[in-house]
Amino acid sequence: MADKLTVVLSQSQNKHPARRGLEEDIATQLLMEKDVVVSVIPHLYDINEKHTAMLFLRSIESDVVVLSWLYPRAAHWMLDRYQVKGHIGDVLLKDDEDDEGMEDTDDEGSGIGAADLPDRHIYTIDLRVSDRHEDYLEEIRRIAKESKDRSQAQKAASQLGFVSIDSVTSTNGEGKVRQELMAPTRRRWYPVIDFNRCTNCMECIDFCLFGVYGVDNIDRILVENPDNCKKGCPACSRVCPEQAIIFPEYRSPEIAGANLGGIGGLKIDLTKLFGGGDAVSTAASERDAELVKDGRDAVGWAVGIPKRQEGIESEPKDELDDLMDSLEDVEI
Amino acid sequence: MGKHEAQFPTDRVYCWNHMWRKSEGGRFRFGLSAYAVRLLQDVYFLDWAFETPAAFKRGDEIGSIESSKALSALFAPMDGNIVSFNEDLLDDPSTINADTYNDGWLFEMEGETGKAMSPENYLKFLDQAWDKAQKTLKKQLLTEN
Repeated sequence: MADKLTVVLSQSQNKHPARRGLEEDIATQLLMEKDVVVSVIPHLYDINEKHTAMLFLRSIESDVVVLSWLYPRAAHWMLDRYQVKGHIGDVLLKDDEDDEGMEDTDDEGSGIGAADLPDRHIYTIDLRVSDRHEDYLEEIRRIAKESKDRSQAQKAASQLGFVSIDSVTSTNGEGKVRQELMAPTRRRWYPVIDFNRCTNCMECIDFCLFGVYGVDNIDRILVENPDNCKKGCPACSRVCPEQAIIFPEYRSPEIAGANLGGIGGLKIDLTKLFGGGDAVSTAASERDAELVKDGRDAVGWAVGIPKRQEGIESEPKDELDDLMDSLEDVEI
Repeated sequence: MGKHEAQFPTDRVYCWNHMWRKSEGGRFRFGLSAYAVRLLQDVYFLDWAFETPAAFKRGDEIGSIESSKALSALFAPMDGNIVSFNEDLLDDPSTINADTYNDGWLFEMEGETGKAMSPENYLKFLDQAWDKAQKTLKKQLLTEN
């Protein structure tokens, strides 16, 4: 099995015919590829630690390609959170506008990086990039070759070879869609941390009042209780100074894990001129709304507002705000 | 403020968030002012974060707009219910550019209107706010590149 590339196709939450059609076309084509083993799982974001699909993902020790309806960054760090770790595989099939690509190597970016990376690569591909199954097939063939070349080079260098554990997962007939993998899921909502950006500053743990964040045994920030998170609330991602917190299902691409430099990244944000507050004010009010829903008291700016905002808090309004305020009192 | 001529019809009033407001049979119709459209330039994406009817407080985020050059969240201009939005814009938001004050309307609300500005006062507001707006924009351009 070690010579074959494992491809995991994560289905969309919505059963839109176009999406299902693309998924089926890709899976069917991959079944006929001799260097590839394909498995289909539910939407990656929704499967929890106990789900068979997660156990399956964890059992894969070699290079793996994960196709999902998620930004590649979001998918990669989601897997990392659930101990499906590996180096970031360079994917060439990506959004045209996304010039930057994902940080291609593990030490790019200013973050603390992922911990304990095994020597294998994970390639995450966004299924929204193309609606032609041929494009995915071509890219997977390219990756299969790259992966094979690398593993042969490693074998030659170490003479150890790759030991593949014949796990419960991949032996059940090649390319079969196993029913256990497709056990139903419910929709989840939780933050995903990009450790190539995260500096472990702990502002998120100070800000979140719902016990989502914790630290691991070496004091690295961890999304400890993902299901404590409040559905729809992206507030902590707004206070993160490194934009390292991803909410993969949030409607704005930046928060959902698109790369800066991709959609919207080079655009001017007029939100402040068009009546919006700054990110921290928005975050504080989003958090207050969730506290109130829980029957707790709103805290506004009183708790866990990033230290770098202290100066701003004392003078939350600028001239433009004052001007706008004064003009709101203007009679017609 | 800029060398492009912008029109501000006098049959309506203008809000703090650069929307115009006009009474339409007991409802209030809102759209973006020529100033807002000028900042955005060619609009190609408009998204509402709600189904009508929906109740909002003034300043609540209600959707987003994107053009080739810029993007912004959009905010409720007053307390009340948004009872309908301009369905035609969902297919072709460029009408916002083509017919800002008529077919380019955004949504209709019911409720108590807050205070708003006459065209003359809105112009004064823009004059005074322009320096600040320019600074805001320049700062973004410098930090993002």
